[in-house]
Amino acid sequence: MGIQFNDETFHKDYTYRNSPAGIKRFPFPFPEDDYMYSVNIEPHVPGREGSVFEHTFDVDEHYVSEMRDRARVLADDPLRCQSLPHMTLAGWDLLELIMESKARDYPDMFQLTKNGDRWHWVNKPLGIDDTFTFLDETTLPYGPMEYITRQAQGDFTLQDQRDDNLWIEAGMVTSQADWSLDFDIGMSFHEWHAPVPLAGGMGIFDRALKFLLKLQYGAPVRRFNWTMTVDPLLDTSPENYHKWGPSKATLTPDTVGRRQHLRVELQTLYRLPRSNAIVFPIRCYLISFQDLVTVPKWGRRLHRVLQTLPEELAEYKGFARNRQMLTDWLAQYDDGSPTSPGWWAD
Amino acid sequence: MKMTTTKFEPSITTRPVYGILEPQQGSAHLMIADGEGAGAILDLFARAGQQGIDLRPSTHLIYVTAANGTDLSDELSRLGVAKFYHGPTLAAAMSRITKALTDASMGLQIYLAGTESLIGVAQSEAMKAGFPHDGMQTEHRGSLARRVQCVHCKGITENVKTDPYVCSHCGLSLYVRDHYSRRIAAFQGVNIDAEDPGQVPDMVEKFT
Ligand code: HEM
Repeated sequence: MGIQFNDETFHKDYTYRNSPAGIKRFPFPFPEDDYMYSVNIEPHVPGREGSVFEHTFDVDEHYVSEMRDRARVLADDPLRCQSLPHMTLAGWDLLELIMESKARDYPDMFQLTKNGDRWHWVNKPLGIDDTFTFLDETTLPYGPMEYITRQAQGDFTLQDQRDDNLWIEAGMVTSQADWSLDFDIGMSFHEWHAPVPLAGGMGIFDRALKFLLKLQYGAPVRRFNWTMTVDPLLDTSPENYHKWGPSKATLTPDTVGRRQHLRVELQTLYRLPRSNAIVFPIRCYLISFQDLVTVPKWGRRLHRVLQTLPEELAEYKGFARNRQMLTDWLAQYDDGSPTSPGWWAD
Repeated sequence: MKMTTTKFEPSITTRPVYGILEPQQGSAHLMIADGEGAGAILDLFARAGQQGIDLRPSTHLIYVTAANGTDLSDELSRLGVAKFYHGPTLAAAMSRITKALTDASMGLQIYLAGTESLIGVAQSEAMKAGFPHDGMQTEHRGSLARRVQCVHCKGITENVKTDPYVCSHCGLSLYVRDHYSRRIAAFQGVNIDAEDPGQVPDMVEKFT
């Protein structure tokens, strides 16, 4: 197989690491030296070879360990995976999308053979070899959404579309930036976005919703979101906030490089064919500050972004208390020289 | 005692907003109220009277004493509606409410009045029975005490008046967000001293 999978952890001893190749392909999210919310949506078309955009669903060196972490989080809290009864068909749509994409993009690791409704699925990295009947739940060990998202990196939410709105009514959410599926399930687009500062008043959610209601099958789109996480913890859930919250207070200038991570979400949106629902995969990438500054452009730029970021955003993203420490640390890597436009390394 | 409609500070989009009960045309009327919500029901009947609408023969009124003890059941019993029930608490009345909602025929008009807890819980129950949330009339009267769900243990604490408050289930100190789930009929409570264990600010009476 083309990918060497890391054996690593996302909690307790935090052995998560990016390889040099992993650093090079990291999706640095800032095309400019400053940042503000915008309707940053572009077509999700295949990108540069080796980049996280090369394939529909990126599989990387963290795949196997991330799936182990998901199983651990689910065992502790099954409410992280929920699907309202009418969302099962959308779950099948998602299963088909992921299986077909992975089998096409990574034929050495994933294989899908269809014999009418009888599907044979092989997932070599996770050692899965299952035969089931498409659209028959009784032939799978879990519901279709849970079955396939236990085998796919990133969180997933499924939105039903009705009354000119989107309703978050199913999801697999174990690597979230501090929001609760259990609390938000059943909400409409503006409701689940209610806690976000400034963006509502800027008309961003009105425009984004209008755009998504017209999203076409076969024409997926993507956008980035980002935040900050101390230690490479995927499960920064509100449910467990009382457990991971203290880590923010123990960050010191000496440990910033190793412990502070930039957390980037590559979010994609697909219209699903049978259910007309929209799936929202939220893929999380983590990079330590010390790895990030090995790309000079990124170090310079992140310093400037964090310096000029509106305080409301630093508050909302949960790093206001450490903001000065982070910018002080990054200042060593900003010589003031100009940065080229776009997010690719120079 | 707040006998008039409550004024709310501007907030985020999930924070519920309420109106004023207006008489509707319909074959049947289900009214659910607690405490000071009785005032909204009395005003509703007065308004209906002025408009020449007689709601009484087709009204089922479910009224419970509020958590703060307010009980105006005597006034309501004198309205002379077809079905009147007075119960001690919302929890005690729940099975009746569920039955009234599931027995309902098309064209049922729903009116909810009183505390946020009562409106929220009744609305969530009606949504489960298939009524769209925006098809119901709501009017807030009385206490602003909140029903809050602890995001950590999922336990719901009724009648929260302070911010922060102590979760009645797991004992964590929680701050009360304006983020509200109609499905759970509760605001969200989040641990306030997660980052600095033990540093809990004083409780302030905020929801009275
Ligand atoms: C249907 C798909 C989407 C889902 C399920 C979704 C869900 C969410 C959730 C749960 C949050 C966290 C809110 C909280 O604090 O509780 C959030 C934040 C946000 N969302 Fe979305 N979202 C979607 C699409 C979009 C789109 C298309 C935009 C485009 C502009 C957008 C813009 C934002 C922004 C700006 C934030 C704040 C993020 C931050 O500062 O960290 N969302 N979204």
